[in-house]
Amino acid sequence: MGLLDQEFTEGNIVITKTEDLFNWARLSSLWQVGFGLACCAIEMMATSASHYDFDRFGVIPRPSPRQSDVIIISGTVTLKMAIRVKRLYEQMPDPKYVISMGSCANCGGPYWEHGYHVLKGVDRVIPVDVYVPGCPPRPEALLEGLLKLQEKIKNESIVKKSA
Amino acid sequence: MALKTEEMVLNMGPQHPSTHGVLRLELQLDGEIITNVIPHIGYLHRCFEKHAEAMTYPQVIPYTDRMDYLASMGNEFGYVLGVEKLLNIQLPERVEYIRVIMAELQRIASHLVALGTYGADIGAFTPFLFCFRDREKILNLFEITCGARLLYNYIWIGGLSHDIHPDFIRLTKEFIKEFRPNVKELNDLLSYNRIFIERTANVGVLPLDTAINYGVSGPNLRASGMKWDLRKDDPYSVYHKFDYDIPVGKGEKGKTGDCWDRYYVRVLEMEESLKIIEQAIEQIPEGDVTSAIPKRVKPPEGQVYARVENPRGELGYFIISDGSLNPARVKVRAPSFVTMQVFPELCKGFMVADVVAILGSVDIVLGEIDR
Amino acid sequence: MKSPEEIFNFLKEKFGNSVIELKTDKPVDPYIIVDPIEVDKICLLLRDHSELQFDSLMNLSGIDDANGDKVKDENGLESIKGGTLSVYYNIESTSIKHKLTLRVSTNREKPEVVTVTEVWKSADWHEREAYDMYGIVFLNHPDLRRILMPYDWEFGYPLRKDYKNPEFYRGMKVPY
Repeated sequence: MGLLDQEFTEGNIVITKTEDLFNWARLSSLWQVGFGLACCAIEMMATSASHYDFDRFGVIPRPSPRQSDVIIISGTVTLKMAIRVKRLYEQMPDPKYVISMGSCANCGGPYWEHGYHVLKGVDRVIPVDVYVPGCPPRPEALLEGLLKLQEKIKNESIVKKSA
Repeated sequence: MALKTEEMVLNMGPQHPSTHGVLRLELQLDGEIITNVIPHIGYLHRCFEKHAEAMTYPQVIPYTDRMDYLASMGNEFGYVLGVEKLLNIQLPERVEYIRVIMAELQRIASHLVALGTYGADIGAFTPFLFCFRDREKILNLFEITCGARLLYNYIWIGGLSHDIHPDFIRLTKEFIKEFRPNVKELNDLLSYNRIFIERTANVGVLPLDTAINYGVSGPNLRASGMKWDLRKDDPYSVYHKFDYDIPVGKGEKGKTGDCWDRYYVRVLEMEESLKIIEQAIEQIPEGDVTSAIPKRVKPPEGQVYARVENPRGELGYFIISDGSLNPARVKVRAPSFVTMQVFPELCKGFMVADVVAILGSVDIVLGEIDR
Repeated sequence: MKSPEEIFNFLKEKFGNSVIELKTDKPVDPYIIVDPIEVDKICLLLRDHSELQFDSLMNLSGIDDANGDKVKDENGLESIKGGTLSVYYNIESTSIKHKLTLRVSTNREKPEVVTVTEVWKSADWHEREAYDMYGIVFLNHPDLRRILMPYDWEFGYPLRKDYKNPEFYRGMKVPY
């Protein structure tokens, strides 16, 4: 949906499904928790800087998890940090989404073989919606991950699915 | 009647917008004044040293990139210098010049991130965007050379992985011409700004003898008044052929060794790096960059300590070899690890908001502290 | 500028049997082997003497020499018994610009080295890391606890050559 006020000449009554309206509102302003762990965090900062702008998609960083919708796990999750990541995830209010950015958060990355302190993939502690591969992923790859998350949200339903 | 007060413990946890990475600071407060700071590290411990013992010598280089991820060329440089000393290899001159150019470009990129995020911590958001805009130009130069923006695997034992692109020298000259006036713009925006000076002058003073006893090095030591730079005092590679100056903190806006000095030394260092790059581009000789790379790296038994001047201080590699294809021990002496030890001394007696200013001026990277 | 031979002879006169030998045969840097219990007195002299002035500790690192016997216990797990763990010190002088390497060795079953935190404050966290990774106990250290691993890690000392990973830690699966 584009800018709604350009579509009409007179009268401004729009009829749509509630699901579409809610999903459109949620995907257009995903606020993220400012959470950067390692090298991927620098690429995330570069994505929110002026060259590849994150703000045009409605994503702004918020300092507290209680005020945000999406958490981008960018960097290696160690065993010491995994307990705190779980606590941060539980503090976020519903509906919440998780983007796992980078090879280390997807599956342990280059440290999979001898890393005695590395958690091999953040999906061992929290559920993940989108995986973005790369070491580190280019800013364009992270933007594609965000667009895929927006597509996923567009197809959500507010009615609980029954068997 | 006297008021009864108690000390309070406040936790600046691993997730915080202003700790540069996952660092936990336990602040013991008496009201708003800090009595003690206990840093807790280890939230990013990725077992680099265990991997170094399991991989062969060339396979360790991508792991060294990922420790200080803002200065990857410097990390690779130090490790490769150590192994080449053990192997006693003679390098072609072209390789040395290109390594110096890459290290100095990396120094400018790293200082831009440090200054940009420091401004953002203090509350100024615009310098952050300006610094990242200039950093994108440097990352473009790295990308046409080796294909990667942040973690390169470019400097190999005995040479480099690719030669520089034919357009590289022309693009670097254009970059230098565009970047010089931007340093003045940064000064106008941030360095001589009245609010910035009020927040950073006379805050977190590091006296010189404390700094040497704690082993601090790099811009933090130079801001306390000592002219100590490994490129001039213990030269490696071809740094002795260039003509450049070492900026030292003079206590312009407050005491020598405060946060403003540490910030301003980094701004001046960017200008000196531009001078080195200009001279290196003029003098670069022809040659083949892959000719001295050995087929199998098997150093004799022994040990070496090699160090380079990274943007954050002295990065040292202590490599012990037992004559086989894998190293027996690679110990990394990270500059930020050593600087975090002196951090509680800097904070005593100041207020909670000053902790953020001092932490930003000291410029740590958690990947290096935890390895 | 003093060479390692001159410093070795000077220390040998002052401390006698605590200064054990000077090894120069292997590349690259020569090093002096000293006794682990007397190392803090030797370092204090190295820092304060007017001709030496070693005022900066560059690096302190532990190493598992792995020169003991490999034994297999009843479950088939290999471990190393006997042998030594060593600690290397790299020091330099910022005024006179010379460098030196020292080495101490202790036995693997009960490793103990005296701390040098009184001499150079930067040894504090380096020694905590050597304790965390190898289990070397530094006597008279002000605060010897684990620094990089979690504070309740009870599965051993990770950088030893016979270290084995646990299966689960607090409900999370550790191996790949």
